[in-house]
Formats: sequence, structure tokens, C-alpha cells
Amino acid sequence: MGPTPHIAVIGGGSTGAGIARDLAMRGLDVTLVEQGNLTHGTTGRMHGLLHSGGRYAVSDQASATECIEENRVLRDIASHCVEMTGGLFVKRPEDSEEYFQKKLSGCEECGIPAEVISGEEARAMEPHLAKDIDKAISVPDGAIDPFRLVVANAASAQEHGARIETHSKVTDLLVESGEVVGIEVEHDSSPGKRVHGTEGGTEQIRADYVVNATGAWAGRIGDMAGLDIEVRPSKGVMTIMNIRQVDTVINRCRPKGDADIVVPHETTAILGTTDEEVEDPEDYPEEQWEVDMMIDTLSELIPMLDEARTIRSFWGVRPLYEPPDVGSDDPTDITRDFFLLDHDERDDLPGMTSIVGGKFTTYRMMGEQIADHVCGKFGIDADCRTADEPLPGSEDFSVLRDYMDEFGLRSPIGRRSVERLGSRADEVLKTDGPNPTVCACEGVTRAEIQDAIRGSGSDLNAVRIRTRASMGNCQGGFCSHRMASELHSEYDEPVVREAWDELLQERWKGQRHALWGEQLSQAALNYALHATTQNRDQDPADGEPVDFSAFDSGRGQTGGSVDSADVAADGGTDGY
Amino acid sequence: MAIESEVLVIGGGLGGLTSALAAAREGADVRLVSYKQSTLRQASGLVDVLGYTPDGDGPLTNPYEAIPSLPETHPYRKVGVGTVRDALSLFDDAVPTYEGEHTETNALLPTHGGSIKPTARYPAGASAGLASDTRDTLLVGIEEMVDFDAPHVAAHLDATGVPFDVRGETIRFPGDLRADAKVTRYAKLLDTNSEVAVRGRMVPAREALAQRVNPLLEGEERVGFPAILGDDNPGAIRDALGDHLGVDVFEVPMGPPSLPGLRLEDALFAALDEAGASIETGNPVVDFEGEDRIEQVYIEKNGAKIPNSADQYVLATGGFVGKGVESDRDGVYEPVFDCHVPHATDRYDWFEGELFGDHEFARYGVATDDDLRPLDASEHSEFENLRAAGSVLGGYDFAAEKSGSGVSIATGYAAGQRAAQEAR
Repeated sequence: MGPTPHIAVIGGGSTGAGIARDLAMRGLDVTLVEQGNLTHGTTGRMHGLLHSGGRYAVSDQASATECIEENRVLRDIASHCVEMTGGLFVKRPEDSEEYFQKKLSGCEECGIPAEVISGEEARAMEPHLAKDIDKAISVPDGAIDPFRLVVANAASAQEHGARIETHSKVTDLLVESGEVVGIEVEHDSSPGKRVHGTEGGTEQIRADYVVNATGAWAGRIGDMAGLDIEVRPSKGVMTIMNIRQVDTVINRCRPKGDADIVVPHETTAILGTTDEEVEDPEDYPEEQWEVDMMIDTLSELIPMLDEARTIRSFWGVRPLYEPPDVGSDDPTDITRDFFLLDHDERDDLPGMTSIVGGKFTTYRMMGEQIADHVCGKFGIDADCRTADEPLPGSEDFSVLRDYMDEFGLRSPIGRRSVERLGSRADEVLKTDGPNPTVCACEGVTRAEIQDAIRGSGSDLNAVRIRTRASMGNCQGGFCSHRMASELHSEYDEPVVREAWDELLQERWKGQRHALWGEQLSQAALNYALHATTQNRDQDPADGEPVDFSAFDSGRGQTGGSVDSADVAADGGTDGY
Repeated sequence: MAIESEVLVIGGGLGGLTSALAAAREGADVRLVSYKQSTLRQASGLVDVLGYTPDGDGPLTNPYEAIPSLPETHPYRKVGVGTVRDALSLFDDAVPTYEGEHTETNALLPTHGGSIKPTARYPAGASAGLASDTRDTLLVGIEEMVDFDAPHVAAHLDATGVPFDVRGETIRFPGDLRADAKVTRYAKLLDTNSEVAVRGRMVPAREALAQRVNPLLEGEERVGFPAILGDDNPGAIRDALGDHLGVDVFEVPMGPPSLPGLRLEDALFAALDEAGASIETGNPVVDFEGEDRIEQVYIEKNGAKIPNSADQYVLATGGFVGKGVESDRDGVYEPVFDCHVPHATDRYDWFEGELFGDHEFARYGVATDDDLRPLDASEHSEFENLRAAGSVLGGYDFAAEKSGSGVSIATGYAAGQRAAQEAR
């Protein structure tokens, strides 16, 4: 064992990135591997709620207390990822008064600032709430961008010397003499940033300790060393609306149930969710009734949702875990607490700890505990600094400057760019060339796209989660080819084409669940733009060679301007 | 008192305009009403007839030869291949600034995405860009214009195997346009040929643009620009640029807002106006009267419902994109006359999992008899004096087949002509 322990962290979600940052800041050597993009698993498939703890204030007060503590920390260290919208627990006439009171006292017991407001007051805040809402409890819920948060954690870890490998799937745990000594990974492309078309390969990464932070996938990693980690993946649907019907997080105040939350998120509102156990975290049905239930049930709180436009739906898989002796039948009964499974203590296999369960809001706290645990293994006494040091983008930063003028951007594009970039605005937006808008729906400029490409290689989905480009109303209909072209300054055409196709397919995946009304019209337009105008569905670059000589080569050998000259010579003003 | 005409066409896109033009040329008293901006502003302006079969075979060299083998439900089969040819002749006559009528063979044109696509008619402004023309090509993009990245388009075109060398260069457009300037701003500047400042000297815009491009030429015989070369005077602008550069100049068709699409719309409205039709735009048909026959429709104008009556009606309101076919979570419908739109009852059968899969929704629209009369669920005509044309029709996937403009022109022609004949 060398003087500085090398820790391999498996999993590029919030937990893994949080652990990597923490360990790197404490001076350890860290390699983080992730099978897809950062946030590929559960983190990129959540509703974006920064919990106040209110949701757990009755059922799980320990979690509720952790939530409000971390809520305050994240507002501080991740200010550019957080929008403090506030939240309401609203009570309909048929909802239990007893539970409403329990919620209120539970919040007080957990130190969650909570205040009862009348139905009128609630509607004054959120005019689209149903007329018959009785009253509500106001709590400090917020919205958080999970993509930006994880990218910032990974960037911070890198600044502290960590190696981050995305698109690198763990294919084996290296076990020698009854001890985990590393991992074997299959790189999708060359190590480092992902570049389509470059050859990947297998790499054995020796490590002094391995942390399995793969959430719903933890059992698969465990299997590689014969460990039994019984994660109980549970799926939940989330439906994205094209606008923010509410600017406050709206929770329904009742014990537990499906379709009971609306989270305003950037330009959209996200409806959630369901809770249904699945066998396989990567292969489960995505069904119409789930989407319909979101709309129908949440329309009871916000009637306009019934006729509103949704732009896509997605499913996430919770990494639920409970000790084998509990045996809950219903996944909603399984605790949201997290478990640190030291496989030395648990299975007599030293060298690895798994972390399972837990919640996004408390990712940093989980990272701290794991980092404490790992440091303890090596007798390292180093303080955790992740609660105090702001993430890249959330450093001291004045939003009062006139960024629009300074960077030549129009409002609201400039404002939105700066909100996304936070304290990185200067380094990203100060460019020599013109900075046109690439994604009009989300107001993303060339400078932001180029910054994201520098951070993520040729992967346009990685660019997307960093910038929100192609995540608005048109779902990439108008901007995906532009994003592809932005790649071309750095990468060859075949690489660009592959990345472009991948982005288009990813955008279609979620949009399929929103195909009626306005969004079906949008999808039909996108199809026409991509297939008719661009002919990307029958692109000869991807297919059989074309015999060009068999097609019309023009009326004359000299091409077309002869005709237009005739028009002009004719005294005409018009030539098409 | 209703506003009367012999033929009333509802819809101002390619189908409606062709339909009204055919009816007017047949001698009928025609009125065309349209509501929204037509989808031509979103279309490339190319007039495709058939580029691929429904099975995906292609690119087809001769679209007409493939028509008799199309499924019987295809709109081309309803009107027949002879009518398709006649309709294209009408188009050629009405829009003389288009080319391609010298042959039945499809042309391949570069797209702004860097691919090539088969089409039957193309604006004169695009003709020097044909992909079967073997002359070496320089593509010129504008630094601020994210819809056309010339080096990327050139590299992609090269990957399609085009029989010529192609390079892309990017320039800063002369003049002081903002980074997010609309294509119409570029077009206007070139139309007016206003003077712009170049290194402290005032130079007409066309000349200034050519000066930026000239040093980049490496012996190429033609130069392609994104389709921004003027709205009112595109021919003169191309010629001016061509004279300055000593090469042929062409435009690559673009996505929305598409100048070639808008120019085509203008040309057809002008032809229709010349043919003596009455035209009312900007107001929706909101209601109608009639059981087996449509007696009259109501057009909403400034809050009032104005009755319009005709002997024959043509429904050319478009498909999902143009909102002539609409849907909700429960089903698909035609909003003006509530004509039956056959569709799967399960919403999750409307689409496929693959982006370019065989999506059913792409073929949704009204079904008709051979006379283009919409059919109800029991396959009887909905109204004896109503015909449908263009994208409101079902039974074909225009995006996959590259047949959108051709179907609109052919069915518009047939519906308009037959409506006029029956109105006598």
C-alpha cells in the first residue's frame, strides 16, 4: 500500500460523485467510473426536488431531519443548482385533517420551518391551484438541477486530482487472497473524455479500496464477488410539462400515494410519481396508465394540468434497500434511509463497501459518512470540507452585474445563461467570436455548448445535461443538428454523425410518452424537419452508395444560373 | 346573407392553393379561406413527388414508375399517376421559377443537414447545387448562423459519396447584424443591397458579401450559401454574386423559417390572385351547417361568425403539423367537419420505439373514396360535396417517402378540378 491510498468509486450519480469529491478533497487518490454519462442512473431520472424534509416529517423523522440540514447546506454550496421555490403541502376537502396536523407538528419536531396558510393565501401564491383547496402548510422545499449538481461535484473532484471515467462499465471485481483489490472496466471509447468511434478496451484499475455507489445496480456489482446485496429497485414515472404551471413545489398533504407532487424545474414543471417494485433496473415496462395517472390525479390539485401540454415522460428507479429481516411487501413501506454495507464486516470480504438506499437531497451527507469510513480504514484523520466549500459555479458571485451587455446577449438568454453558469459565467461566456443562440427553447448559446464539449467529449447527451440544450418544448427538433455542428469544430464528421443520431434517439425515447395534442404536432414537425428537409432517416452517408449519375444533373451542363439570368434580363424582379 | 362562391377551399398551404388554382382555371368561382400561417414556411421549398417507397426502397430515380405499386390506400393511387403528371404540369405553369420539369428523373439536392435528398422540382436558386452535377463546390456558411455550418455540411456531403469535391468555409456576414438575426434580416439586406461598412468604406451588401467569399475560392466552379439570398430579388442577388465571384451560385434549402418555402407561397398566392380567386386569410372556419351536404360554413372574424356558402368544398387544412388533424389523449380527429380519422384506439400503438420507426401517426388523416371524398367509419362519404386534399389525407407517410409536396399538389389539383366540374 502506497502512502496515498487509491480509492475506486463505482457509480457517477450524486452519491458516487459526492464521495469522489469528498475523498479527493481529503487528499486521497480517487478514480470514479460510470457506465454511462454522469447521472446516467437514478440521479438523472428524478423530479429535481430539494427536500425540505416535509415529505418525511410524519413517516420518517430521522430522514426529515437530515433533509432540512442538507437543504440548508446545498443552498449554500450549490447555489447555482438550486432555486428556492418554497413548497406547499396542500389539503383538499377529502384529505385527512388529522394527517394535516400530524404533518405540521412533525415539521416542527424536525426543525423544518412550517406555516399554515389559508386556501385563499395559497391561491394568491399559486393561482392555478384548485378552488377547493382548504389550506396548506408552507415549507422550504426547493428545486435543484441534478445534472448540474453532479457535473459540478465531478469537476470539483477533478480539480482535486480525481480521475473521472464515464462510459466505463465495471465488468469484474478483482479479488485476490480473499480481498477486493480493484475493478476491471470496459471503456466504451478511449480513456478520458468519450469520443465516438475511438477504440475502447478493458482496463484493470488496482485500488486500495473500492466503494460501490451504484444504487439500484449495487446487486450486480455484488454478484461479481459472490456478494448478496438485495436492492429492491422501485420505479417511478415523472411527466414533464412544457411550462411551469406552478412556481412553488406543490405536494399533496396525505399519507402516501402516487401522483402527489409537482416540482417547478427550470422552464418546466415535473409531475410525479409512482412507486412500483421492478426486477431489473434497466428493463421494465413504461406504460400509458402511469402517465395518465399523473395527469388525472394531479389535476385534482391543479385543474389546468388536464388540458396542458406535456413534452415527455421518464422513469427513474429508486435504489431502495432494507435489511433482509424487515421484509416489507409494499415498496412505499421501505425506508428511504441509506445503508453502509462494509463487506468485511458483513461478508468477510475486505476491501469494499457498498452504499445503498438513501435520497438525492442527502447525497453529500452520505458521501461524508462513506469518506469517514474509508479514511478510518487507512487511519487518515482529515476533516470533511464538502459542506463548507462551494462547488464550481457557486463561488462568490454577484448576479447584479449586467451580463447581458457584457457578453452581448439578449435578455432573457443572458440571464438564463448566467443562472446556469453561476460564478463560471465569466470564463464560459467571454468569447472572441459571435455567440449565437443554439437552443432557443432553453436559451443556450454557442459559448455554453463549446464549454460543455470541452468537458464531455463528443457526447451530445452529456452536452445536453450540462446545458439543457434540446430539453425544451421542441425536444431537439430545431437544435439537434446545430448541436451536432458545434461538435464538428473539434471532431470528425463520422463521430459527429454518431453523436447526433444518439441525441435524436434519446430525445425520442421520452417524447413518445407525450404524443397527443400539441406535442404530437411538434413530433410530426420534428419528423418532417429531420426526415423530409434533412433526409436523416435515409441518409446515404449511413447506407448504400448512391448512383449519382442516374439522377437529374440539371437542364444544362452549366448549371442553374443561366435560367435566373434569363429572369433578370427579362426585366423581372423575381427569380426563385 | 352568406358570402357565396362555387367552390370554397379551406386551407392556404400547398394543397389548398393548388386546389383553388385548379378550380379557378377550370372556370369556377373560387374562394380560398385560410387561418394559420401555412406550413410552407417550415418546408424546404423543394417539391418532392416520391423519393422512397413505403418499404424504404430508394432513392427512386423515377417517382412515376413507382406510383402504380403503392398501396391502394395511398392518395396517389386514389388520383392515379396520370393526374399526378397533370398536376405537376399545372404547378410548372403556375410557378415558372422552378426547375426539374425537363425530366421525369428525380434530382438529388444537398440538405442543410449535410445529407442529400431526392426531389422532383426545385427552385431555380437551388439548381446549380444538384448533387449529380460533378463540378467542385464551395459551401459558405455564416459565422452567426447556427442552422448551416458549412464545413460540417461539406464533410457530411462528402460522406454521402457525392461525385465532386466539396469544401466548407465560414465567414462573418458583412454589415452589423446581431448574432441572432433572423434569415429575413439577411435577405432584406441583400434585397435592398444597402451599403455596409467594410474596413471604414461603404460597400453595397452584395459586393461586400462577394468580397468576403472571393479569397476563399480554390478553383471551385460553384458556391452554395444557406437560403438567405433575398426574399424579393433572389435571382438578381445570385447573379450579382455570381458575377463578382465568376462562378455559379446556389442556395441550400433550410429549415424554418424557410425563405424558399415563403417564396413558393408568395408565387402560388400571386398565381391564384391572377386566376381571379377570392382569398381571405387569418380567420378560422369555426362551424358549419349540413347533414349529407355541407350547406354553409361559418368563419370567425373579429368575434362575429360570418356564413360562407358554396356548392362544393375542399378541405385542405393540413395534417398534425398544420393542425388540420388533431388529437388528445383519447383519440385523433379532424376539427373542422369532424370527419372520421381512422386510428388505433391504444395511444401507444401510434408510434414506434425507434426514432425513424414505422410510426402509424405519420399516416393518420382522413380516408377517402377515389373521388377524394372523406369517408366515415362505415366507409360512406361524410358529405357529398366535400373533398379533401393535402396532408389532411391519411394513408401515406410523407416524411419517410419524401412525397409531401407531390401529394398536396396532385390531390389539390384533383379535388379542385373535380369540385369545379361538379359545381357547374
